Amino acid sequence: MLSDDQRRTFGCLAEMMIPASAEYRVPSAADDAILADILRSFGRDEHHVMTVLRELEGFADLDPSARQTKVAQLREHHSEALKGLSSVILQCYYRDDRVMRSLGMEPRPPFPNGHEVEQGDWSLLDPVRKRPKLYREVP
Amino acid sequence: MPTQPVDVLIIGAGASGAAIAWSLVETKMHILCLEQGDWMKPSEYPSSGRDWEARQLNDFHYSPNRRARDTDYPINDANSPIKVANFNGVGGGTVLYAGHFPRFHPSDFRVRTLDGVADDWPIDYATLAPYYDENDRMMGVSGLAGDPAYPPHEPMMAPLPLGKSGATLARGLNKLGWHWWPSDSAIASEDYEGRARCINLAHCTSGCAQGAKASTDVTYWPAAIRAGVELRTRCRVREITRNSDGMASGVVYYDADGKEQFQPAHVVILACNAIGTARILLNSNGLANSSGLVGKNLMFHPYARIAGWFEQELDGYRGPGNCIWSQEFYETDAARGFVRGYTFEFSRGQNPVMAAVHSMSIGRLPWGEDHHRAYRRLFCHRTGMVAICEDLPEEHNRVTLDPELKDCRGIPSPRIDYTLSENSRRMLDHAVARASEILRAAGAHDVWYEAPLADGGWHLMGTARMGTDPERSVVNEWGRSHDVKNLFVVDGSIFVTSAGVNPTRTIQALALYVADNIKSRLATLFD
Repeated sequence: MLSDDQRRTFGCLAEMMIPASAEYRVPSAADDAILADILRSFGRDEHHVMTVLRELEGFADLDPSARQTKVAQLREHHSEALKGLSSVILQCYYRDDRVMRSLGMEPRPPFPNGHEVEQGDWSLLDPVRKRPKLYREVP
Repeated sequence: MPTQPVDVLIIGAGASGAAIAWSLVETKMHILCLEQGDWMKPSEYPSSGRDWEARQLNDFHYSPNRRARDTDYPINDANSPIKVANFNGVGGGTVLYAGHFPRFHPSDFRVRTLDGVADDWPIDYATLAPYYDENDRMMGVSGLAGDPAYPPHEPMMAPLPLGKSGATLARGLNKLGWHWWPSDSAIASEDYEGRARCINLAHCTSGCAQGAKASTDVTYWPAAIRAGVELRTRCRVREITRNSDGMASGVVYYDADGKEQFQPAHVVILACNAIGTARILLNSNGLANSSGLVGKNLMFHPYARIAGWFEQELDGYRGPGNCIWSQEFYETDAARGFVRGYTFEFSRGQNPVMAAVHSMSIGRLPWGEDHHRAYRRLFCHRTGMVAICEDLPEEHNRVTLDPELKDCRGIPSPRIDYTLSENSRRMLDHAVARASEILRAAGAHDVWYEAPLADGGWHLMGTARMGTDPERSVVNEWGRSHDVKNLFVVDGSIFVTSAGVNPTRTIQALALYVADNIKSRLATLFD
């Protein structure tokens, strides 16, 4: 269970990582629905998340420049933990309906509808068909 | 009431355990398989839920240390640049494998004779060929006959589609004049034996919800169980016991409730992969180890992963991952500075989360304002390949028992000590350079690689090698322990060398070959 300060810290980090974009019509990673998804999806990275949050006490009250400095320090001294936390944010952000639609994807899992893959041009294989065998005969 | 002995007890329900159980069932013997994992439920595989990629990084992760299901055992692989990947459950590693399904080549069985390194196998390609064919029928193989890199064989289904990614890569390979061919894949491109055809879920390595990928829980096991094989899940074997005659008498295991049980058996077959099998033998008071080679000669395949980004859109999140392969650099050429060789296996693209996670971890995807623009230049614009390098056996690469680490039942866990050889390093360097040429020739504007691939320990081989000399091998030329006449090994442990291809098709062909040897020698099996 995160404290209020940790939730605010997480929101600031998520916003710094992925801000909203009017151009691509996508929310930031600190959007209420996405952040709620993130906060219940730490999974096997929970220890990484907690390491980062311990290092960033009071982060939400810093000015933007000081936040950048803190994140740079994290990258240097706690890169694995920051990577784990980043992964959790990305896992939730890129499964949001609005984000998937913006990428041209249907907001659904792969199964059961699957996807179409074109056969491609099999005549590309013609020059390879003309090659002699590559494998070695053995005694 | 004491437990009744079974005729044959198989430990492990993965690729090889399933194959040998199915093959032996015609003998009408009482066959029992103990599997420490669960039956899988394809309807619950990740690709049927919106969190499909998150689950691949959690409960379907290929590392048992990260996955950490209660059916797994931890592995100390800190002293190895390549980390172990596996899965415990009915189907074993085939639940998570990609389904790349190459055969070995004739030269792979004769490396000492041809190249003066390692050892020849006690069997050859011709011996295994009919078992490859039989296994192909059971698993169902897509591909295309006529590959000049192989002796003739006939896949039974059409190849998986080239797609945008495959065609792009093929054009690059053709510019260079290098070999490529549609990969043999254990993925049904057409409806096959009750399994539905592939619908391009692009998530083969977290279990196939469609059932198109040939994991043994949907191929061999239904047939074996219908014919009478008993399969017990959540049974964690601790050790194989011996009687006063020096024969295996059965196994001690923990059942689903954690209760210790003893199951007597007339024949015991190990099918737990080269880590799990070595672990059980070492936990059994050094059973079958008069050679001192149990756990030694561990081989992975050192992998390189090379990817490129293109201006045009490629297949991206549309699968399957399998596509084409190249064996231009497979057979030994001394001018390259290393012996033996490697296979390129080309993949298609990435799903949206993995594209983001991986791109950020390698510095291609920034935080902040430029994130979205950068992501859209990466997602669906990447394709590439892995190079699978032949790993030669070295005794110092080994599995031992960790003095401290134990699983949830207190059974000592395996420890891996492994170093990459100079030959492997040279091969990886060569592969990265050639792969970069392919990607550039295909039009990539940016190329990235990782070599060796740290998380690439999917292929586990060599820790109970086969041979005719009891001082230089653990099992004989048909899989029976030199020391214990009713103990057999059928997984990748018995490989003498690794070849430069995925091992599952050969593991299963070997299991069918060992089964036929058992069946044909029943009257004299213990002589």
